Amino acid sequence: MNERTNQQPIIEVIDLHKRYGDREVLKGISLRVYEGETVVIIGPSGTGKSTLLRCINLLTKPDRGVIKLDGVEITTPGTDEDKVRQHIGMVFQDFLLFNHLTVLNNVMIGLTKVLRMDPKEAEARAIKELERVGLGDHIHQYPGQLSGGQKQRVAIARSLAMDPRVILFDEPTSALDPELIGEVLEVMRMLAQEGMTMIVVTHEMGFAREVADRIIFIEKGVIVEEGPPDEMFYRPKVERTREFLWKITELYGHRKESEPHP
Amino acid sequence: MFLQSLEYILMGTGVTVAVTLIALPFGFLLGLLLALVRVYGGRVAGYVVGFYSTTMRGIPPVVLLFIIYFIIAGSINISPFLAGSLALGIISSAYQLEIFRGALQAVGAGQMMAARSIGMSRLQAIRHIIIPQALRLAIPPWSNEAATVVKDSSLVYAIGVPEILRRAQFISARTYRPFLAFTIAALIYFALTFLTNRLLDFVEARTRIPSLHEMGEV
Repeated sequence: MNERTNQQPIIEVIDLHKRYGDREVLKGISLRVYEGETVVIIGPSGTGKSTLLRCINLLTKPDRGVIKLDGVEITTPGTDEDKVRQHIGMVFQDFLLFNHLTVLNNVMIGLTKVLRMDPKEAEARAIKELERVGLGDHIHQYPGQLSGGQKQRVAIARSLAMDPRVILFDEPTSALDPELIGEVLEVMRMLAQEGMTMIVVTHEMGFAREVADRIIFIEKGVIVEEGPPDEMFYRPKVERTREFLWKITELYGHRKESEPHP
Repeated sequence: MFLQSLEYILMGTGVTVAVTLIALPFGFLLGLLLALVRVYGGRVAGYVVGFYSTTMRGIPPVVLLFIIYFIIAGSINISPFLAGSLALGIISSAYQLEIFRGALQAVGAGQMMAARSIGMSRLQAIRHIIIPQALRLAIPPWSNEAATVVKDSSLVYAIGVPEILRRAQFISARTYRPFLAFTIAALIYFALTFLTNRLLDFVEARTRIPSLHEMGEV
């Protein structure tokens, strides 16, 4: 990260706090994500990872702290939130495709209604993105006719079509049958290679180890440790990191696509 | 004799249909608008709409009809037919509001969140994502309400509008054959509600979103 200090981060989070009732979910999170980086956020459930992502694209309002997109603060009152969200894609655990629209229209609707793009142009762009995630043959189907893996890939295409600065992934494979996880991770791996900036909350340690430029371990609302995968997996500075990674790899790490390459 | 009675009562069908065609769409627009306010309009507006709904649904339609009719007729100069139709529409709006509220809530917060995440405004999300799905969910209960409005249109008889029931009563009084007169009225009402329900079944089938389940693959 040191070589990046003179570069402007795409996303910068400074001392973020969020409380639900008397439970403080985020207790002062600060992080920077630079262009082309894939940052994987890990941590036990209920430690505020999803809340952090929702704060970043303004779906949840933080109590305190600053978030910047390309150096511009987006947490000031009067920010055009809709405009900000155009530049920050989001992929949800439970897909959240628009159930009444075909695959093609799911991807097109943001282009035609939000970006006010010409329908012909929007269709071409949507088809391009759907082909990119391997769904060129399914454009006229409805979400209800797709498998979970296909749905999630449509959701990724929907985000991609808006040409975002960064895409947030909130446990994108947690709702999938094990045999469908691979196809989604494959698309994410491809995006990472193509230089898309991504923040990924996941339990897929194989993906984290292979694809992440940086892993951030969050627990109880604070960042315990962060660093490149090798350091986090093999030379963590905090004992708790070692413990968590060992446990989570034990739980999730034995699938084929997650197998480490020693 | 029978044919004459039938013809005379049938002439009221047009009035009954007209009352329904005013009351139902009017109740639809008002009900949908109020449901949107109830679900998305914030706490205070939500309470106001909730009060409207609870009050309106807690009073028999015929009592409300008289109250609303005399308010409308007392303030502007319109025919009993129009005043009665609008009054029925207002009454129906309270029931339709609950149908649409349930449907809007059934669409789920996730759809709104997904729509906002691609940069849609709240209004765009409601218009392009929430309402198209909610209306589909609302068809079966709405079909029930439509049948209710067809039947409740008979209430405008009480304020002197010559629809089916009023004509049937006239025949009954003149011929001393109440059974014949009211049976004719009953058959016409049944035919109307039956057609209404069939029509809405058709709309439901036409707007159904394809899924694996309906293709019989699951």
